[in-house]
Amino acid sequence: MTGPGREARGGWYVLLALQFVLALCVPFYNTVEPTLGGMPFFYWYQLLMVLVSALLTAIVYFATERKS
Amino acid sequence: MSTVNTTALTVFVLLFCFITWLGFVASRWRRGNLDHLHEWGLGGRRFGTLITWFLIGGDLYTAYTFIAVPALAFGAGAVAFFAVPYTIIVYPILFVVFPRLWNVSHKRGYITSADFVKGRFGNRWLALAVTLAGIVATMPYIALQLVGLQVVIGALGVAGEGWIGDLPLIIAFVILAAFTYSSGLRAPAAIAIVKDALIFITVFAVIVFVPAKLGGYGAIFAAVPPQKLLLAIPGAGTTGAYSTYTTLAVGSALALLLYPHSVTAILSASSGHAVRRNAAMLPAYSFVLGLLALLGFMAIAAGVDKLPEYAGGFKTFKANFAVPALVLQMFPSWFVGVAFAAIGIGALVPAAIMSIAAANLFTRNIYKEFVRPDCSHVQESNMAKWMSLIVKFGALVFILVVDQQYAIQMQLLGGIWIIQTLPAVMFGLYTRWFNSWALLIGWAVGTGLGTWIAATNGFKPMWPLIIQGFGIPGYTALYTLILNIAVAAVLTLLINLFKLAKDTDQTSASDYHAA
Repeated sequence: MTGPGREARGGWYVLLALQFVLALCVPFYNTVEPTLGGMPFFYWYQLLMVLVSALLTAIVYFATERKS
Repeated sequence: MSTVNTTALTVFVLLFCFITWLGFVASRWRRGNLDHLHEWGLGGRRFGTLITWFLIGGDLYTAYTFIAVPALAFGAGAVAFFAVPYTIIVYPILFVVFPRLWNVSHKRGYITSADFVKGRFGNRWLALAVTLAGIVATMPYIALQLVGLQVVIGALGVAGEGWIGDLPLIIAFVILAAFTYSSGLRAPAAIAIVKDALIFITVFAVIVFVPAKLGGYGAIFAAVPPQKLLLAIPGAGTTGAYSTYTTLAVGSALALLLYPHSVTAILSASSGHAVRRNAAMLPAYSFVLGLLALLGFMAIAAGVDKLPEYAGGFKTFKANFAVPALVLQMFPSWFVGVAFAAIGIGALVPAAIMSIAAANLFTRNIYKEFVRPDCSHVQESNMAKWMSLIVKFGALVFILVVDQQYAIQMQLLGGIWIIQTLPAVMFGLYTRWFNSWALLIGWAVGTGLGTWIAATNGFKPMWPLIIQGFGIPGYTALYTLILNIAVAAVLTLLINLFKLAKDTDQTSASDYHAA
């Protein structure tokens, strides 16, 4: 858990921090266009980010679980 | 409203009978000695990844959420979608922080977060503060679940004068109390599987069939008034709706995992790895919650609030009636029964876990700590079983004699109260740099100021913070937490500077990692 192994783990954890940025950049996604199947960007972007975040967490899980 | 929907009621009652049976037989599931508190109150810490997924999902995404989030979309519009970023950012926190709590609790036999705080800082008064915050914040949360139940019972057309009108709720409550007492955490874990299956079926039926009837998502969003469709763009000199939205999401996410029922569900997992896996799997529920929020817009597009047959429901339950009215309007009676049972059972699962969690806290951190330090494990476990009944009874009385509006306000206060335990619990998992008395004073300042701000703002969760003429309105819980941390940090520096006090730590660094 110390030395280079720990640093490699820390690198993956950036993907967790990224989820905060994606979820909280309100001025970026507070728009109607582009719509998707009639759904304003505000709504489909945030729903999409749920899936993206789950994927990112899964990547971090597999990357760090193998190392430890 | 006045006539009973017989088919729907029959389906509803049958599903309730099924989960009642399930709740009782659950005591024999992965059998353990229920005279031990970690068996009754934590299911023996034996739930694997999948059961934990059902349990935490059933626990965090409550009946009240399914009613209130769409109701907020129906009434206030886009701001209701804060539930989506909120449930996105809660999982990185779960992934990083809470396996540490699982590991140290497993090694040291902790059952509550207050157990951990006591062990980590050796200060029973700080542990008592965490305990009181947990119990007091949980009570109105249980009451809100019963509100969810009340709404669907009302929508089924069951009504009466005086105590007869409250009878269905009392029956549901007795069922809940009985199986929780006899089976402990195993009951909600088993029932959560049924609840989630029903919720997923209901949500997918709604998001497929309702838009088809209303002319597609384009038509639904076209029916939403423009001022509700997006967050208002902030004017000059304020961050307006943007900071409101983000602070609500961040504050709610930080508070959620500190609630006793969250900790109980997390600690009942069989390993820290199961907790980490769940951080990647639980967003499935967040996706469903996002879709559910859209039900509020579907209710606007269907115009259910303007139909005379639902006028009574809206009068009694206000915007909370939007989802039941939409389901009644769009679906055949048997499916109404399924959907309402999903919400009703969705109330019982979290209510059971919350009452168990509050009972664990009372028993471990008040009864055993201050009243009977020498109690046997049988006495401890019996005390928790009785306490779970008392907690639920308190919530029932609350909801029957007090206006619903107060439960909602208490819940907003609950978030402000529980978030003040963050420095002791979450920071404590990483460092014991903070002095325990400094943490206690920080907690008291945050709790006191938060309560005062909310009380003087008519119990609205928002604080119109203004710094040098620039407005940053936001969630009171988050702002008072920042003050709490600042007070704790400054006092710790002073205490260390003058070497006034030193804490004893029962845990060691290796306790926080997997064996």
